[in-house]
Amino acid sequence: MSVDLSVNIGSLKLANPLIAASGCFGYGVEYAEAVDLSTLGAIAVKGLFLEERAGHPPARIVETPGGMLNAIGLQGIGVRRFVAEKLPPLREQAAVVIVNICGSTIEEYAEIARILDDSDGIGAIELNISCPNIKKGGMLFGCSLKGTHEVVSAVRNVTRLPIIPKLTPNVNDVASFAVAASEAGADAISLVNTFLAMAVDVETRRPKLSNVVGGLSGPAIRPIAVRMVHECYQAVNLPIIGMGGIMTPDDALEFVIVGASAVQIGTANFVDPFIWNKLLQGLTEYLERHQLEAVSGLVGSLDLTVRETTWTNS
Amino acid sequence: MLTDVDAVVLSNSILSPAYNVLSLAAPQIASRALPGQFVMVKPDCGNDPLLRRPFSIFEVLRDDNHQISGISLLNKQVGVTTSTLFGLTAGDNVRCLGPLGRPFSMAKRSEKAWMVAGGVGLAPFYTLAVALQSQQIDSTLFYGGQSSRDLFYVEAFRQLRVNLELTTDDGSLGHHGQVTGPLERSLHELKPTTSLRIYACGPTPMMRAVTKLASAHGHDVEVSLEQIMGCGLGGCYSCVVPIRHEGGSVNFVRSCLDGPIFNGRDVVWDGLEQ
Repeated sequence: MSVDLSVNIGSLKLANPLIAASGCFGYGVEYAEAVDLSTLGAIAVKGLFLEERAGHPPARIVETPGGMLNAIGLQGIGVRRFVAEKLPPLREQAAVVIVNICGSTIEEYAEIARILDDSDGIGAIELNISCPNIKKGGMLFGCSLKGTHEVVSAVRNVTRLPIIPKLTPNVNDVASFAVAASEAGADAISLVNTFLAMAVDVETRRPKLSNVVGGLSGPAIRPIAVRMVHECYQAVNLPIIGMGGIMTPDDALEFVIVGASAVQIGTANFVDPFIWNKLLQGLTEYLERHQLEAVSGLVGSLDLTVRETTWTNS
Repeated sequence: MLTDVDAVVLSNSILSPAYNVLSLAAPQIASRALPGQFVMVKPDCGNDPLLRRPFSIFEVLRDDNHQISGISLLNKQVGVTTSTLFGLTAGDNVRCLGPLGRPFSMAKRSEKAWMVAGGVGLAPFYTLAVALQSQQIDSTLFYGGQSSRDLFYVEAFRQLRVNLELTTDDGSLGHHGQVTGPLERSLHELKPTTSLRIYACGPTPMMRAVTKLASAHGHDVEVSLEQIMGCGLGGCYSCVVPIRHEGGSVNFVRSCLDGPIFNGRDVVWDGLEQ
């Protein structure tokens, strides 16, 4: 039996639900030697501002139990250089490209979106309103319902490309942010970005990251991320891209079952750059074992019916 | 071609209470490895620690038929992963991704090659010494450790006809003091007409001092920097080094892709040492 792994994120059709997470896959081209980029559902490239950014000094990452903290600081080449230097090879390799963008102001988001709207070979724009590691922009917008609405609206006004706001988990009620994004005209949402966190070297009493705080990712955060996708699925009628610590096919399936149409793989790609085929194989085997024809049929299939306890006396 | 091998441990030779050499069956990586390149390694430890660790390729191994059979790693126990690697036995498995990174540039036959190693910084120099010897290049190893118990493979380098300048912090072997001592003396004694290539790997302050010393005598140094790495493939931007470019501009460069070998003169050392 052949199974259908294709999924739709608004008007964007993906061959399979696996997307390389922004910030974890460079600009995609770095991985061309390890992976046939056209076999990924899509690639969310490293977050781009309008201009080049230096990022934070080292140390930029530190490991914690079952996860890692990062404070890279969105080092990047800026949107124009991305379009000129990275987009052509990505197009050549038939990669589906989701461009993650970030701004210090709402106008900056709109300006980047305008530039991307004029470029060929872009599947969607992911709005980074959730980076915990920068002083201006990013999570500042994503932690306010008004800010979320304004950024999404401003970008909506300048592009017909699918817009995917990436939500932060560092709020009390993530579902209300999904609703704000939906009302402002988003085509889909992705979640979660990393959890704001911190680690200290007790010998020196210094923070382990140069930025003092950073974002926690990896399997440690997965159960919280699954819960948040579950809440958003119940709150909005938009495709959801779920992520947070996916290491195995079962991890990915958890997100799909609670409502994610697609998933992003981030930290796991650092551990195993050849993970993509293993995950696809695992998803295929699961669908076959459960006699399902398409992964899309599994989205939001969480069984919440109350089971009666039964027993037999023997 | 990049390869990820579930490499079998061929042997684990314990050199001291802190150091060991782990031999891994990874012919696919070994056959393409160049001096200065590294592998990303993860023992079978589940999600703790989660990430791989970068290791210089210490030796390219050959089997009884002289066929390339694997690589070895010079390991020093400092954290969880290195302690796990210290305790492995033959038959265990280690995931091993590589070869990665830019190699050392090879010295020319008309040049002398000086390798400056501190502690576990010896790791990239054995394969380099083999390559230098095959080109019959006059090579010297300046090698420093805390004591005589911390200097390894000295005889193996001698057999490659590498000149040795050994130093120990406690004076138990070779020159008493730091590796920069004999290096400075040798730089003074060098005939001005001699062309020289210097390579360095060790603690960051040592590589900085070597770079400063060599620069004062008009020489470049190829340093092998050991940054904290997330992926080794350019995906995460964790392992950056501040590099000064022609014209004076400085930016953060990924040491996994553009390194780990850099010209020491280009490194902004103040930005590297915390």
